[in-house]
Amino acid sequence: MKFAVIVFPGSNCDIDMYHAVKDELGCDVEYVWHDEKSLDGFDGILLPGGFSYGDYLRSGAIARFSHVMKEVIKAAEAGKPVLGVCNGFQILLEAGLLPGAMRRNESLKFICRPVQLKVENNQTMFSQGYEQDEVITIPVAHGEGNYYCDEVTLASLKENNQIVFTYHDVNPNGSLSNIAGITNKAGNVLGMMPHPERAVDELIGGADGLKLFQSIVKQWRESHVVNA
Amino acid sequence: MSLMLEPSPEQLKEQQVYKEMGLSDDEFAMVEKILGRLPNYTEIGLFSVMWSEHCSYKNSKPVLSKFPTKGEHVLQGPGEGAGIVDIGDEQAVVFKIESHNHPSAIEPYQGAATGVGGIIRDVFSMGARPVALLNSLRFGELDTPRVRYLFEEVVAGIAGYGNCIGIPTVGGEVQFDASYEGNPLVNAMCVGLIDHKDIKKGQAHGVGNTVMYVGAKTGRDGIHGATFASEELTDQSEENRPAVQVGDPFMEKLLLEACLELVKSDALVGIQDMGAAGLTSSSAEMASKAGSGIEMNLDLVPQRETGMTAYEMMLSESQERMLIVVTKGREQEIIDLFSKYDLEAVAIGRVTDDKQLRLIHKGEVVADVPTDALAEEAPVYHKPSKEPAYYREFQTMENDIPAVDDHKETLLSLLQQPTIASKEWVYDQYDYMVRTNTVVAPGSDAAVIRIRGTKKGLAMTTDCNSRYMYLDPEVGGKIAVAEAARNIVCSGGAPLAITDNLNFGNPEKPEIFWQIQKAADGISEACRTLNTPVIGGNVSLYNETNGTAIYPTPVIGMVGLVEDIEHVTTQDFKQAGDLIYLLGDTRAEFGGSELQKLSYKKIFGQAPAIDLTVEAAHQAQVLTAIQKGLLSSAHDLAEGGLAVAVAESLFANQLGAKLALTGEATTQLFSESQSRFLLSVKKENKEAFEQLTNATLIGEVTNEQTLEITVNDDIVIKEQTEVLNKAWKGAIPACLQK
Repeated sequence: MKFAVIVFPGSNCDIDMYHAVKDELGCDVEYVWHDEKSLDGFDGILLPGGFSYGDYLRSGAIARFSHVMKEVIKAAEAGKPVLGVCNGFQILLEAGLLPGAMRRNESLKFICRPVQLKVENNQTMFSQGYEQDEVITIPVAHGEGNYYCDEVTLASLKENNQIVFTYHDVNPNGSLSNIAGITNKAGNVLGMMPHPERAVDELIGGADGLKLFQSIVKQWRESHVVNA
Repeated sequence: MSLMLEPSPEQLKEQQVYKEMGLSDDEFAMVEKILGRLPNYTEIGLFSVMWSEHCSYKNSKPVLSKFPTKGEHVLQGPGEGAGIVDIGDEQAVVFKIESHNHPSAIEPYQGAATGVGGIIRDVFSMGARPVALLNSLRFGELDTPRVRYLFEEVVAGIAGYGNCIGIPTVGGEVQFDASYEGNPLVNAMCVGLIDHKDIKKGQAHGVGNTVMYVGAKTGRDGIHGATFASEELTDQSEENRPAVQVGDPFMEKLLLEACLELVKSDALVGIQDMGAAGLTSSSAEMASKAGSGIEMNLDLVPQRETGMTAYEMMLSESQERMLIVVTKGREQEIIDLFSKYDLEAVAIGRVTDDKQLRLIHKGEVVADVPTDALAEEAPVYHKPSKEPAYYREFQTMENDIPAVDDHKETLLSLLQQPTIASKEWVYDQYDYMVRTNTVVAPGSDAAVIRIRGTKKGLAMTTDCNSRYMYLDPEVGGKIAVAEAARNIVCSGGAPLAITDNLNFGNPEKPEIFWQIQKAADGISEACRTLNTPVIGGNVSLYNETNGTAIYPTPVIGMVGLVEDIEHVTTQDFKQAGDLIYLLGDTRAEFGGSELQKLSYKKIFGQAPAIDLTVEAAHQAQVLTAIQKGLLSSAHDLAEGGLAVAVAESLFANQLGAKLALTGEATTQLFSESQSRFLLSVKKENKEAFEQLTNATLIGEVTNEQTLEITVNDDIVIKEQTEVLNKAWKGAIPACLQK
């Protein structure tokens, strides 16, 4: 399985995402610059965290107009796994691949700390390696992670089991319904504020994020064995 | 337009306009002599910034020359953007600390943010990839709205810049004392990694080579920032707000990535940050270091505003800019490289052989001055020095043990002193994990990052107890270096070298200059004994508000090498049953201590004594014990003494401890005697550990989640870990909610 890590001007977790899949999973991975016009040959798309275009105007608001985003949308429509973390999640929202919007943290301050998440839905291609309702520890690092959507959207997210992760016990940023990560209806696009790529090695404070990446690879392998 | 308003050379002299720029009559006469004619407005501007203390170190040079700067691993000492130390495997660590005190006093968010931006550029201008940031901050007591505003905004500014550019802020220190009320200290340190082959220097070699300007455009911000930084703050300083620059971390992220790509190109000859004194210092210093000259056409400088004069362009301190020299004929490659990042790279001049900095604007030569005169020939002053009366008085005082009725209550009070209290409120706002190499996060003695692809790590810290420094700058200087090294050792690293940031008051006052001299003596001696040369740093003088100086605060930034990342140790007790040892002697030493300040609301007497030979021996014992895998935890004893150190060791894993001490209770618990370590050891390692050190067994880690300390068999402290933790953790947020 071959991953693309999309690099926008101002992305800064690209290297972390790259090493997580390469070093810990042994997968092929390449950086893809934001003005690339094709994602052919990639099986999974990773949108890393950071401050694309300085987060000026609004997080993710400028990055969504990059050439590569047209290709990301095509890949999503083709059913390929697309994971957006932190700024990547914000870009997926701005691009309309996921519903809702991000507001500034309730505290109005940037927060960086490990938080506990609850796995609300372990039936997705991203979360099948976890137990249902499992509590895991993954760090957050953001200033605008306060997820918001209208009531109709929230009802639909719940009805379709699109809420994959919620903040457990402590909601660090004021997110609606403690939402930490959601998928699209089809289940192949996941956006989440916590950073699974920062939790892949006990040496740097935990490895609870590994299963997320392993889940993606497992799904891909199974679907490709069947197809073969 | 504004060109018309510039005074003529004759007016400059007659009306003494140079004085407003910070030059003295004698200095103006020197300039006149060097040029053999009267300088024009632009030229005197160049001299005034290059001869400011900030750029020339004219007052501090005689002191700085005392520092040991050489060592077997030092690849680059002071004089370039940052110092470099070899760490083996053809890799090296690059680091430097720099102050942004005055801008932060006026405009705290941008002052702090651009301080971070500047120090990052110093590191990547050497060709290094910045891998970690630290800081050292000083504020007044958190009891006025102004101080709370400065504190909150400085932290936000550091976070805003570091988080956006994606370099983890892994450590630092924050202390509070009334002497910093009007003049906070904001010192930022950056650590980078480099392969030996990529090391670049800021030198303009090769006559005919092209001088290029890269990065953000030049505006009118920060004009005379370096001069402003070399004056005392007064009630009128608010008027200097235009001298504070505005940062754009996104622009710097692009510039960083472009420059790191650039250093791989053999077309690059030299590169230097446009920091203090902007285009002037970068061009004059690059030419002077290479023994060449530079001619630039200012019409070609990318400008953000219209109608800028030569004077304004040369003195602007607009951020996120670099000056580079490239091989003639290869300019297009550089333009293409930068355009990938949507950045401008513009040829604005060439290297010449006449050792002159020649500036052309609108077809006329507007400045023509010797580069060496700007960069090297600033006057050097040997300021008068005088031992202050307070020091003499303090030295005659006996050691006084503050009266303590209730040791438990005193411990709780100490844990709530903002200088001791948890700094989680601060580092919670810093992205300390990005790049996923942070092995020891903020909150332990020294931060540690791993070096990917090796089993090595880098330990790093900033330290300075300015209260000891005030009581006795020479002893305080030794302690600052020793404490930094102690922190590195506790984390499992071997100290490599230091960078220092000398923050003092007005050096024209003999008592202040005496503090600088004595502190430098102390630092130098400790660096020699502990084998940690000074590889670079920064001097920030004139830290005074309306005539009152800050405590002398020479901040030590130290980096150590962890040979095997498995050796990394933290301060937290790990499990019940481990034995607790104290290494080092405890004497009644309360001068400048946290308890003295708490008890008397002032400090006096002698600073704690330090014997550097004992210090070195203790550090060697602890490092050996760590490397042999004998220690579960290691923590240096600092502010608040043993009781505070033990309490801090309980919190992370919510454990308890039982300690049995003998002697005078207040001294045993709260004295700040130096060269002491709190160590915990698994029982099975007892024998091996005791053979290695002369530490004293003082207690055991327990599961009871209570701290119980007896002195001479009487219980003097018994309190739940949770209560201690809440006091320690809640203190700073509580101060900010007032």
